Amino acid sequence: MTADALPARFESWFAARGWFVRPHQRALVRAAQAGRDALLIAPTGAGKTLAGFLPSLIDIAEGGRANRPGGRLHTLYISPLKALAVDVHRNLEIPVSEMKLPVRIETRTGDTSAQKRQRQRRDPPDMLLTTPEQLALLIASPDAPHLFGDLRRVVLDELHALSQSKRGDLLALGLARLRSLAPAHRVTGLSATVRDPRELRRYIVGRGELADLVTAPPGAPAELSILDTQERLPWSGHSARHALAEIYAAIGRAKMTLIFVNTRAQAEFVFQELWRINEDALPIALHHGSLDAGQRRKVEAAMSDGRLRAVVCTSTLDLGIDWGDVDLVVNVGAPKGASRLMQRIGRANHRLDESSRALLVPANRFEVLECVAAVAAAREGAQDTPVARLGGLDVLCQHILGSACMAPFAADDLYAEISSAAPYAGVARETFDRALAFVATGGYALKSYDRFAKIKRNIDGVWRIANARVAQAYRMNVGVIVEETKLKVRLTRSVGKNRGPSGPQNNASLKARGPDYTGPLTRGGRVLGEIEEYFIETLAPGDTFLFGGEILALQGIVENEALVRRAQGDAPKIPSYMGGKFPLSTYLAERVRGMLASPASWKHLPEQVRDWLGEQRKRSVLPKRDNLLVETFPRGNRFFTVAYPFEGRLAHQTLGMLLTRRMERSGLKPLGFVANDYAMAVWSLADTARADMAALFNQDMLGEDLDAWLQESALMKRTFRNCAIVAHLIEMRFPGKEKTGRQATVSTDLIYDVLRRHEPEHILLEAAYADAATGLLDIGRLSDMLHRVQGRITHRALDRISPLAVPVMLEIGKEPIYGEARDEALRMAAEELIEEAHP
Amino acid sequence: MNAGASVSAVEAEDLSERHASLVVAGQRLLLDPAGALYEPRAGALVVADLHLEKGSSFARRGMMLPPYDTAATLARLTQTVMRWRPRVVIALGDSFHDRDAGERLGAEDAAKISALQAGREWIWISGNHDPQISPRVGGERHEEMRLGGLTLRHEPSARESHGEIAGHLHPVAVIGGRRRAFVTDGMRLLAPAFGAYAGGLNLHHPAIARLFSGRRIAHVLGRDAVYAVCASKCAAGA
Repeated sequence: MTADALPARFESWFAARGWFVRPHQRALVRAAQAGRDALLIAPTGAGKTLAGFLPSLIDIAEGGRANRPGGRLHTLYISPLKALAVDVHRNLEIPVSEMKLPVRIETRTGDTSAQKRQRQRRDPPDMLLTTPEQLALLIASPDAPHLFGDLRRVVLDELHALSQSKRGDLLALGLARLRSLAPAHRVTGLSATVRDPRELRRYIVGRGELADLVTAPPGAPAELSILDTQERLPWSGHSARHALAEIYAAIGRAKMTLIFVNTRAQAEFVFQELWRINEDALPIALHHGSLDAGQRRKVEAAMSDGRLRAVVCTSTLDLGIDWGDVDLVVNVGAPKGASRLMQRIGRANHRLDESSRALLVPANRFEVLECVAAVAAAREGAQDTPVARLGGLDVLCQHILGSACMAPFAADDLYAEISSAAPYAGVARETFDRALAFVATGGYALKSYDRFAKIKRNIDGVWRIANARVAQAYRMNVGVIVEETKLKVRLTRSVGKNRGPSGPQNNASLKARGPDYTGPLTRGGRVLGEIEEYFIETLAPGDTFLFGGEILALQGIVENEALVRRAQGDAPKIPSYMGGKFPLSTYLAERVRGMLASPASWKHLPEQVRDWLGEQRKRSVLPKRDNLLVETFPRGNRFFTVAYPFEGRLAHQTLGMLLTRRMERSGLKPLGFVANDYAMAVWSLADTARADMAALFNQDMLGEDLDAWLQESALMKRTFRNCAIVAHLIEMRFPGKEKTGRQATVSTDLIYDVLRRHEPEHILLEAAYADAATGLLDIGRLSDMLHRVQGRITHRALDRISPLAVPVMLEIGKEPIYGEARDEALRMAAEELIEEAHP
Repeated sequence: MNAGASVSAVEAEDLSERHASLVVAGQRLLLDPAGALYEPRAGALVVADLHLEKGSSFARRGMMLPPYDTAATLARLTQTVMRWRPRVVIALGDSFHDRDAGERLGAEDAAKISALQAGREWIWISGNHDPQISPRVGGERHEEMRLGGLTLRHEPSARESHGEIAGHLHPVAVIGGRRRAFVTDGMRLLAPAFGAYAGGLNLHHPAIARLFSGRRIAHVLGRDAVYAVCASKCAAGA
């Protein structure tokens, strides 16, 4: 046996399967034997998961177990998805049973029964496969020191998908705790290709020397193509309606196709339209996170059995689960990032030596540019995964309370421990102390809650949990995924007469009872799934929408249910925003700007797009790579100002809010604005042709203007709500009340208003502002852009709309503007009432 | 109670020109964008659902809401009282979030209430949250009361609706955002909650919708004004 060889039964098992042990698999075993932490970067299909477990299997098989009195937990595996943990369990059982290894493997997720969870604490398996949330729960229990005391290995799967999020923060704090509980254990991280592996190597170890890096050779290059549609390319929109027949034809030519779209609404639309033209009755299914879990399991089962030809899905199928023989991935809409695209393509052909086949279907002209940029980046192997984040203070607060639930602690010790988690390495002691004070009594300057404290400091300086109820409430609210408030969608049993909103024509029918649509509705029909409350809030009674592949009409909302009936007709009110949640990556944005600036590169573009850009060059000017193009022109009785920053819809939306405030002050009388991923347009009563653009777009708008806007921004309030829930200021679930306590809780919008006024330096506001920099408001990106273009603004005053401005102008009236609950809307509705009264 | 005019007819006329108003059971009431209403003949200011000490009520159960809600609500109430200088203030029930709230009042907040009560009548109508109010706090206690042709009570009655003014349900209108609102059909009036931490219920919710038989108008609280909007223009929401 050479130094590199695996134990005999492992070598022969590989051989019996006709496999060879890959070099990166051997490298991980070597690293483990040398007592090193390691990061494996490997493409899909490279035997990544088995590589992560090999050292554990070998250790247990070769007698590691004998050294562990009481048979305690040997290996902890953490996956971002519970479905992936279940899938990995199934795959691991094969080598274990075929080699007859004395290894007991179990999963533990939110679905595991309370009884089994109890037993797992008492009598843990050799390997436990679980999620970051379950780890947080396990370490917040008094028996954690016993459970993890002899832990040898931790395997972190799909680490790239976890580390740059609050779930990654929670996991990093959990890992820091494990390092205290079981100093001897070693960690292996598994990841897809990322921009900078050093960040993950640091994440794995916390502080000290970086984890070893093991890189598997890349798989066969993907066969990427962009649909060269024979149809007319739309100017705007995200539906890809024009390309559906061509997508359908591609499905017909492939064995099994995954069709990725960016949102649930898009998934519904594409699914509906494909079935409309499904003349061959191909088995095409739908899969997204709002569907009933049972329905999703059915689709997944049908996929692995090879009973389907296509599945239309959102990112719920993004991660490494092997669902069967997918030979084509269709990505509808813009990919938004080069790395994202590659990870999605990885879904096809979970075999290294065959190349994946992917077809990109841009839904509009700008998306063509984005697709071309993404394909070029993918061919070069360029990566644009996000940079390492600073840990969220709200997550830290949650973790501090969890620590107290395990055992009393001294502040100095806990501070040292959390500082060893990479995202929290830079947290000042003063900040930690404020987090601690928040956990105890809310951390307010006004010390009126001391007698209600959740954790209390004893005379010996040790912090203890105040009572058992606090620990119980903590466990019920662990986790950092704050779900959007959702309503159940339920069919009404009796089809009531649907009365739409009143208009002049149906006033007569309303005079008896008023537009009282919540009247005689019968509940008790079937629940079809769940839908985001903010979406339903935009609908008027009688409006139709797509859900679960059906057209439904909203009847009314009663408590936490949206009552609906099946509707006829083929024109549902399509959700106004169908773009993705993810903004265009900075890297792709730069490539798109570069492409626009160099007409020589246009030869790869479809003719329709080339002509469009050519027109733009003739009638205005093309944006330059490092400049900001601003166009102004009159249209109707309004004046339009259109800017092209290419920084993503969220940053543009924030820009729109701030810019309109500033224009207001300069007397330009702005009336509204609209934003997409590429551009932003403001319309005003005053002409902006001679406005000082350098002053309007000055980066000082991020000072007072921003501050004033944040005071009332609905997006900021949503951001704050997330922080308040993660930090356990608000508990969504109470002991004795298992269901979400909608009525019993208090509006975080109101808390935000009061806190901002009375204690603007509070730690939760600090946490929310930090989130706003990258989250829904993307202020960080806006700031970088404004800084970059200072002194580089190209302003073209035109006499009419430019070709490049058409797409964003078409969004007017379609895109909702989150934002200030402005009195404007109220004033207009009030005027209508007055007009009605005085015709 | 005596509806004797503390404000002259001329002054009342002037007030209704400067302020939004509505008519319930033939009686004109003026609306303040802070969420209060003013009955000019009696010089009565009416506020509903103050929910004082809601923050500390949650803190007792482990949710440490910012302890500034009572001060914030009282500050807004003080401004409103300064604006109208009413002869009587009527709090329409659920003025305190729970039975012990009066005992938990900070000294400063208790003093603020006393100062507001000085020189005027003050009536606490009892609500489901505050069937009893701490003796620390001055003012009269009533189950319900008459004001001219109007009946003031906390919880809207299922039967009687002519001329009723009630709170309890915290109506909000969703129109360009979620806003507190008065809701009326000309027969009865539902007042919005005044308290800083008092949540809201969409005016389309059956609990509110079933109270009205006529066409509903929402008088929606804007930043500096109250806007009358047809209820059918307001979105569904929960």
